[in-house]
Amino acid sequence: MSKPKVAFFDFACCEGCQLQVYNLEEDILNLLELVEPVEWREAMSDKAEKYDIAFIEGSITRPGDEESLKDIRERSTMLIALGACATIGGVNKLKNNFDLAEVKQCVYSESAGMGHLETSATKSVGEVVKVDYHIHGCPIDKQEFAYIVRCLALGKTPVIPNHPVCVECKMKENICRFEYGEICLGPVTRAGCGAKCPSNGMWCFGCRGYVDNPNVNAAREVMDQYGKTIADLQGKLKLFGSKQEATDEMA
Amino acid sequence: MRFGGEPYLVITAGEEVMTKTVEVNVHHVTRVEGHGNITLRASDGNIEKVEWQVPEAPRFFEAMVRGRSYEDIQTIVSRICGICSVTHSFAAIKAIEAAMDIKVSKQTDNIRMLLHYGEQLESHALHVGYLVAPDLLGQNSVIPLAKSHPDVVKTVIRLHRLGNTIMEVLGGRMTHPVTVKPGGFTVLPTEAQLLELKQMMEDSVPDITTLADVVLSLADKLPVFERETEYIALVEPKHYSFYHGDIGSTDTDEVKPVNEFESVVNEYVTPQSTAKWAKWHRDSYMVGALARYNLGADHLLPLAGKIARKFGLKKGCCNPYMNNVAQVIECAQVAEHSLQLIDEVISAGIKDEKPDVKVQAGNGAGAVEAPRGILFHRYEFDEKGICTGANLCIPTNQNHGNIQKDFEAFAPQIIDREQNEIRLLLEMLVRAYDPCISCSTHYLDVEFI
Repeated sequence: MSKPKVAFFDFACCEGCQLQVYNLEEDILNLLELVEPVEWREAMSDKAEKYDIAFIEGSITRPGDEESLKDIRERSTMLIALGACATIGGVNKLKNNFDLAEVKQCVYSESAGMGHLETSATKSVGEVVKVDYHIHGCPIDKQEFAYIVRCLALGKTPVIPNHPVCVECKMKENICRFEYGEICLGPVTRAGCGAKCPSNGMWCFGCRGYVDNPNVNAAREVMDQYGKTIADLQGKLKLFGSKQEATDEMA
Repeated sequence: MRFGGEPYLVITAGEEVMTKTVEVNVHHVTRVEGHGNITLRASDGNIEKVEWQVPEAPRFFEAMVRGRSYEDIQTIVSRICGICSVTHSFAAIKAIEAAMDIKVSKQTDNIRMLLHYGEQLESHALHVGYLVAPDLLGQNSVIPLAKSHPDVVKTVIRLHRLGNTIMEVLGGRMTHPVTVKPGGFTVLPTEAQLLELKQMMEDSVPDITTLADVVLSLADKLPVFERETEYIALVEPKHYSFYHGDIGSTDTDEVKPVNEFESVVNEYVTPQSTAKWAKWHRDSYMVGALARYNLGADHLLPLAGKIARKFGLKKGCCNPYMNNVAQVIECAQVAEHSLQLIDEVISAGIKDEKPDVKVQAGNGAGAVEAPRGILFHRYEFDEKGICTGANLCIPTNQNHGNIQKDFEAFAPQIIDREQNEIRLLLEMLVRAYDPCISCSTHYLDVEFI
């Protein structure tokens, strides 16, 4: 069996998720036994016409980028959203809370009208094309990336966690961030990160997006129990969860 | 802008009667972080157009941070750049500390510098080893090098991992640190963890020497091209600076305080770029490892100094390709200084300090050296600590104008060469700057109240 041909593409993002692929260090060499990179602008000067698996990092913020993404989709058997900007829009969606003309004016002032500075409302990859798998997180977890690549190369279906971060946080025996007077998004956020932020003294800001059917009532109860308001929660939800259905529901 | 539908590289050459045309169009230069294009058109040896273009999608961070609490700023702006996330975090935190008059302890300072060095080492190893080395060895990527030069690749991997390990231990993870806050750290390393890092640093010295020897053996592949320009970096009177200091320039003996950075960067918009460009005493200036070297080489520690002498890199070098060599020298510099910092933190005894912040209204600027050059952040906060304005000026934006000026000077010198070679030399020139174009944040004309 020939190795699946893989490609990486990036749109509006920090390219930190592709960096996690480099961060696999020696394990990259093992993955290269299973898949063959044929196009990866950040790492290679090669290119190809067809891909078995295309990894897409970044959000879509320009009409031209939508067309590029659709073109990649047409030439790919499988398309995977890589990291929060691609899976949920990530911090890029903070922009959608403002008037776009005003945002441009704020950053480029008198030059804002120049054509090449065009921008549109931020979209996740799934809002433009069909996505076969989501690799969550900001940044992605490199081990989860390697696991998913191995599964797909071997024809297996990867299991993407669908329980909240609280589960992993409890297993780490962390003291709940609410006990510190903070608002933590662990109760509604998809796990798989190993609760890295709460384990390092920081509340969860929801970079992996919401679990399917987040337990909104339980989240409200926790807020009440710790004397927090819905307005407090809304502010935190906006950070990585702006303009997502679950955010609107909880708000 | 199609991916793959048309070739990234279009080169046409026509030997028409008496006319030789050269056209180089590189759509999205590879092996750099972010998107940049090169366009060159020449006829009979006359350059009609040579342009460095930046089509990166703008992300509008300065607009997006408005209305957010000072506590969220680092989390947001770290996402400007995956490979400079520690640097962006520190520029933001230092600016917040300046705005709210927050003082940090010597311990916090030292551990921050150590964490920052982890990022320098990781980034330099990645850039020199994975992105530049293929050019010097005639390959399209590092992947074939894993088979042809396995020992070199493994050396680079070990240094890359060491940088990452430092960030993971001190920052909570390798990219987008979670422990760094205005005023200090959420969690501190233990003495045992620091001693382990120290051992790893000591063990890395042979790898750094090997990397230097490999690059030295290939140094004749680095093009010879010199153009005098201005170099700008953080400077301190007695140290090779990455984290502290004022703004220094090779064009003046005077230094500027970080709080006046806008008078240094003087940004402007150009039609060939979505990122803004910068100039101070001349049409353009350069930031990055070579700028730091040209301003701070007198303060290198012994191993870094020894490696610099091996290369014969002189202070005042104005060959931008030598930025790669300066990065190798800096790998030694950060490793050596890290050992000193660890000793200092341990001998003082690790104190269980927590960030102590009294929220107040204010406006402040912070500057830190990213692996690819000096980075400036400024924020303004109201009395509740809500951000009301921001101005971020990133190193690669400061370099874009200098890359263009280099193109204009270098293209006529190489125009009679084979077109593929012209393309490669221009691509290598862009890569030498270690650009990080994703940091697509821009100057704004904020009216600070």
